This record gives sequence, C-alpha cells and structure tokens, in this order.
Amino acid sequence: MKLAIQINEGPYQHEASDSAYLFTKAALQAGHEISRVFFYHDGVNNGTNLTTPPQDDRNIVKRWSELATENELDLVICVAAAQRRGIVDQGEMERNGKSAQNVADGFRISGLGQLVEAAIEADRLVVFGD
Amino acid sequence: MATIKKFMYVNRKAPYGTVYALESLEVVLIGAAFDQDVSLAFVDDGVYQIMKGQDTSGIEVKNFSPIYSALGDYEVTKLYVEKESMEERGLTLDDLMPLVYEDEDDDWAEKDSITVVSRAEMAELLEQQDVLFNF
Repeated sequence: MKLAIQINEGPYQHEASDSAYLFTKAALQAGHEISRVFFYHDGVNNGTNLTTPPQDDRNIVKRWSELATENELDLVICVAAAQRRGIVDQGEMERNGKSAQNVADGFRISGLGQLVEAAIEADRLVVFGD
Repeated sequence: MATIKKFMYVNRKAPYGTVYALESLEVVLIGAAFDQDVSLAFVDDGVYQIMKGQDTSGIEVKNFSPIYSALGDYEVTKLYVEKESMEERGLTLDDLMPLVYEDEDDDWAEKDSITVVSRAEMAELLEQQDVLFNF
C-alpha cells in the first residue's frame, strides 16, 4: 500500500513524532511504500539540525535523517509553518536575511501543496498528532 | 490530475489558544486549488471557530475569522457543524457566522454553506471520505 504520513507535533514534547517514526519504519519493513512524510504545525521542529538531546536519549531528528537516507524517503517541512518557527534552509536564509540555516539532512522545505498532493496520490494519509 | 477524492477537514479545536485552527484553514485554502471534493467539519470546540462577533483585541493575536466568509469564493461550500457539539456549549445556529456561497449551477443564487448535522450523521459523513485531515 502507498502511504503518506503527516506529523503535527514537535519532538520530545509529544509522542506523535515517535509514533510516526516507529509506524513509518514498521510500514517500510512490511513492504509498504511511504510516498512522503509531511511535517506541519510544531512538527516542523523534527527537522532542525540544531537539536542536541542527551547522549542516553533517542536522537529523533538524526533518526529521521538516517531513515530517509536508507529508504530514499521524501521528508517535507511546511514552509509557512517553518517560517513561523525558525526552521530555515539555505534559500529561506538568503530570502529573509537570516543568519543561519538549520534544516537537517534528508529534509526539504516546501509548500502545503505537497501535503494535498500526497493525500491525493497515496492510498492512505496517516496523521499523527493531538 | 484526474483523481477526485472526498477530502474532509475535521476542525476540533477552539480558534485561539493553539494554532491548529489557523493552520488548518491554510491547508484548506491551498487545497482548494487541487479541485477535490472538499468539505469541512466542525466538532467539539471546533464549533467556536465559526462563531460570529469574534474579538481578539485582548489577546493580541490576529482575528482570522473573516477568512471563513471567503471560503465560498474558493468553492469550499460544504461546512458541516455537529448539533450536539453546539448544544453542549449552549450555542445555536444564530451564534454562528452566516456563511454563504453563490451557486454557479443555480444562476448564482446565494446559499447557506453551513449544514447542521447530528453526531450520527457526522459519523456517516466521516465514513464516506477518502481523506480526513484532523486539526
């Protein structure tokens, strides 16, 4: 089955991000296709490379990056939600005159159309959040 | 894109206090360009999103409620409000904004966008959808 994933909550604050990761991993192992993972609301904070969790805790951001590399996942951060919350790629940094970029490996910033398109094309949209 | 799916945006939260309602509306406006069969549901505290007379001056956030009045122009014309959710909060249809659209198939007659449905009817509507966006 072709699945699209939407994540609406940030890392560490809320289990939605952990559940989405574990679900995505299990779905891939079961042979399903993950056409896109879309990060919305505070979910955009799953894609910042400035995260530094304690050594003995899971690294949620790195975990997504690694899963993306291993499985060629399309991890998309919503641009409108990202701008509000300070998640910035090279292009956004230059356009908005910011001092840094902080999008983690394997993530890209794009528009809400990517979420709608994913929902149309996938067999199921699975939403993680409150 | 030939596929037309039944999209329902399920609004469950109060308009202010969290950003979910506003960012839900942003998906609705972008999604309108994709020519899907779109409807909105308002349940639980989500019914407060379309109350008339919203005034946010005391909390210093933008009052985005006028955007709901523009939904008709985006051909988003099916807004379902759950009766029980309104009753539990002491609200009636008169407390909601009079949201309307112009029906191009009926000589642009102005029609109500809001339909009040029972909880059982809402469950049926949810069952009929291809995609549910929960906010």
